Amino acid sequence: MQGRWSRVVRTPLGLTATVFVVALLALACLGPVLWGADADVVDTDNILAAPSGEHWAGTDNLGRDILLRVLVACRLSMLLALMAIVLAVVVGLLLGAAPFVLGRRTGRLVTAAVNIAVAFPGILLALFFAVVFGAGATGAVMAIGLAGAPAFARLTQTLVAGIAARDYIAAARMAGVGRVRILFRHVLPNIAEPLVVNATIGAGNALLSFAGLSFLGLGVQSPSYDWGRLLYDGIAAIYVNAAAALTPGAAVLVAGLAFNLFGESVAKGLGVSVGVGLRTVATTRAVVAAEPEAAAHDDEDVPEPSSDVVLDVRDLEVTFPGPAGPVRLVRGVSFEVRRGEAVGIVGESGSGKSMTALAITRLVADHGRVDATRLDLLGTDLLAPDTAVRRRMLGTSLAMVFQDPMTSFNPTRRIGAQLAEVATHHQGMTRREATARAVDRLTAVRIPDAATRVRQYPHEFSGGMRQRAMIGMGLMGKPSLIVADEPTTALDVTVQQQVLDLLTAIREADDVALVLISHDVTVVGEVCDRVMVMYAGRVVEDLPAADLATAARHPYTRALVEAVPDMATDLTRPLATIPGRPVSPADAPVGCAYADRCPLADARCRAEDPPLVADSGRHRVACWHAGEPLPPVRMTDDLVETVESL
Amino acid sequence: MAMSLTAESPTAGPAVPGERPWARFALRRLGRLLVSLWVLVTASFAMIHLIPGDPVRGALGPTAPVELVEARRHALGLDDPLATQYLHYLKGLFTGDLGTSISSQLPVSDVVAQRLPATLSLAVLAFLGAVLVAIPLGVVMGVLTRRGHGRRTELAFTTTSVFVATVPDFLIGVALIYVFGIRLGWFPVAGDETASAYVLPVFSLAIGPAAILARIVRVEMVGVLEADFVRTARAKRLPARTVYLGHALPNAVTAALTLGGLLLGAMVAGTVLVENVFAWPGLGSTIVQSILTKDYPVVQAIVLVYGVGVLVTNLVVDVALAVLDPRSKIRED
Repeated sequence: MQGRWSRVVRTPLGLTATVFVVALLALACLGPVLWGADADVVDTDNILAAPSGEHWAGTDNLGRDILLRVLVACRLSMLLALMAIVLAVVVGLLLGAAPFVLGRRTGRLVTAAVNIAVAFPGILLALFFAVVFGAGATGAVMAIGLAGAPAFARLTQTLVAGIAARDYIAAARMAGVGRVRILFRHVLPNIAEPLVVNATIGAGNALLSFAGLSFLGLGVQSPSYDWGRLLYDGIAAIYVNAAAALTPGAAVLVAGLAFNLFGESVAKGLGVSVGVGLRTVATTRAVVAAEPEAAAHDDEDVPEPSSDVVLDVRDLEVTFPGPAGPVRLVRGVSFEVRRGEAVGIVGESGSGKSMTALAITRLVADHGRVDATRLDLLGTDLLAPDTAVRRRMLGTSLAMVFQDPMTSFNPTRRIGAQLAEVATHHQGMTRREATARAVDRLTAVRIPDAATRVRQYPHEFSGGMRQRAMIGMGLMGKPSLIVADEPTTALDVTVQQQVLDLLTAIREADDVALVLISHDVTVVGEVCDRVMVMYAGRVVEDLPAADLATAARHPYTRALVEAVPDMATDLTRPLATIPGRPVSPADAPVGCAYADRCPLADARCRAEDPPLVADSGRHRVACWHAGEPLPPVRMTDDLVETVESL
Repeated sequence: MAMSLTAESPTAGPAVPGERPWARFALRRLGRLLVSLWVLVTASFAMIHLIPGDPVRGALGPTAPVELVEARRHALGLDDPLATQYLHYLKGLFTGDLGTSISSQLPVSDVVAQRLPATLSLAVLAFLGAVLVAIPLGVVMGVLTRRGHGRRTELAFTTTSVFVATVPDFLIGVALIYVFGIRLGWFPVAGDETASAYVLPVFSLAIGPAAILARIVRVEMVGVLEADFVRTARAKRLPARTVYLGHALPNAVTAALTLGGLLLGAMVAGTVLVENVFAWPGLGSTIVQSILTKDYPVVQAIVLVYGVGVLVTNLVVDVALAVLDPRSKIRED
């Protein structure tokens, strides 16, 4: 408790606010004692004088010193504001706790009344009560207190409802403890803290509101004076002595801000701190410019690109700022995709496969950094600065399908409009033509009644339909490459196959290349010609999909394939898993990242990262022990304890 | 956006929106408005009866002759049974008869009709000003301070806007009068006769809400720019302008509108203080005068007008939200 409160004064803002609040309280105590008499000294020879050495803020219409009066008025201003806020909290507490004590039916009535009252602005309620209680200090306290009560009632209701649902309250009720007793013993102590914090903020607002009412002439009446009253008198004389209005105005402002900020600081100090994680990211931003390690894997064997290469990637690196310096999420990935070819990228989460997909489509969030010695799509350099021409080329020849069709469509715009804008922006179509094209494309992805569907919003589509519409959106142009990032993961099992079939059909019909990102070896093996296995930001094996089951050579790939249950799997035994956890890209080791989980790992593996080498045809593998037989201990039960979700 | 995955077969398709959710929404919203209106009317009626002691005696002063007090009580109908008075009050409201001002002897409806336009134009101009400044400012700030960008800009903007939003409008008014009215002499500081007389009052009223609104828009923009559908828009290689204004803004503006509605309601009432700073001949200066002179029929009527203004604003905002956001709560609550 002590530590949490001390956190309030540790921030510069919190400290400043605390100092101000303490100073104001001291002034409230001492002001009238020190200057009370002097502030009332009338000097008729010196009426409405401008600020001078003797009267720093000048004098009022009776020649009284403005500054002294402002200092003295601190006590009354703060006292009245505190009385008002206490009234607001007490009445709010009564109204807010009423539903808990009175039971459901009467409680609902109170809640409804509070809801209606909350809808009206505070000043209107204050005016209402000012009429009822009459102009004057007492009336103004009642007015501001009661006007603030509904907000506190609402707060109390919310807090009480949160506590009332707890188990120990239910237990106390079962034990026959009375509601009122429960309220005082269990509920109120638990909601005291947020109430106090809000009351502190409320005190600042009450101070400002009180000044408002006094300024209107509805608050403190002469000869008493608070800041609002001084402001009321001062503004009448603003042309003669502006300080008469500005000094009390400044006092109100400083005091109101001090209480507000103090309350906010207390709230922040007691609550969960949120700023820490963000700051570390921002401070390391400058470090990101460190040179890319593009040369790290230059000994890798990459086939020379041939003419029908759609996508050519060499030494791709993606770096993000992290708390402890830049983190390389993708570490030197090279591959190419040919016309009509389907390449799958598999790996666990954190393997860099999605980041690779975003990098090759230039969609990496812009505080991340993408480097490569080559990143060409259809012969266009994607690393070159963005131009309108390139945007048009990408917009029509590169299609992207994202994981979650629920969130990947704009919820506020019609499906048709979202498809059509591709054509209006990149293909120079009119909106009518573009919409016709959208209907045609939706039909092409087997969405029934597309003419009606284009006018609907994303939430009116089912998940599978949305994903097909997303594919249809990619087909608005004439794509040469579709990049699909986990396109079926968020979908129901029954519609997954439909989406995969659709992608395959499109690919076969128009010779479109496909890069399919998935954590599922089975999906990739079924749809793709070639599979790239990624681990800790690197490609560890690249092989024909047909060879997956029989000719995989990297121990990790073999473990992945092994982990897939099939019809022959003995279901009386636990399913196979890969022991250990995937390496976080932030602390990738010097040697092979998989070494810690690998049954074949030796000293060399831990010291030296194996390069990705082509061994036969288009089969590439990065392993010092590629193809060596695995020790037969894999499947024993003691390894199952670390279950890795793949 | 945490919608559950509805596993529907693609041929069945989700329900096409029919008329019924809208009808139910309209009905429920109308019901709430009527209840609130009834509470408001009853409160304004009760106000005069809640005043401790005899309001007429209070208004006329302790030295007024008993006959005058009695006559005034009778004229106001205060000697009838409470139920009769209530029915009379309701009937009066339906026929546009709001009673007679005690001080000026004019029909209250005339007083309101005469003063309402000045207040309404002030509130509407201030609201438009606040929205027109706050939304572009919030959008630009949101783009500048999106994830991984502009930490310093964000801190400066947030600090400034919090400070500005905390300063009450009447103090801003006093400061503006001093700087632009007295020191620079650029604008008139009282009345509403010229167009330039609108500048300072509109500013005083608009600055605080504009700061709050701009903050909300910025926070919403920063959040929305992280959303998947913004990535989709970027994947379509749309120009940055289209991504920000066409895709991000409509999603950021919903929360801004909700808050904007509340602010408009608050602005209607906030005119009270600002009008008194600038001697603005609207309802705000009238109600304060009437409270001080205990001219209760006028006070009752103006409280009613403000209240109705707030309720109607809330209704308009709710409907606007339902229209703008196709997923809005019309179905759920």
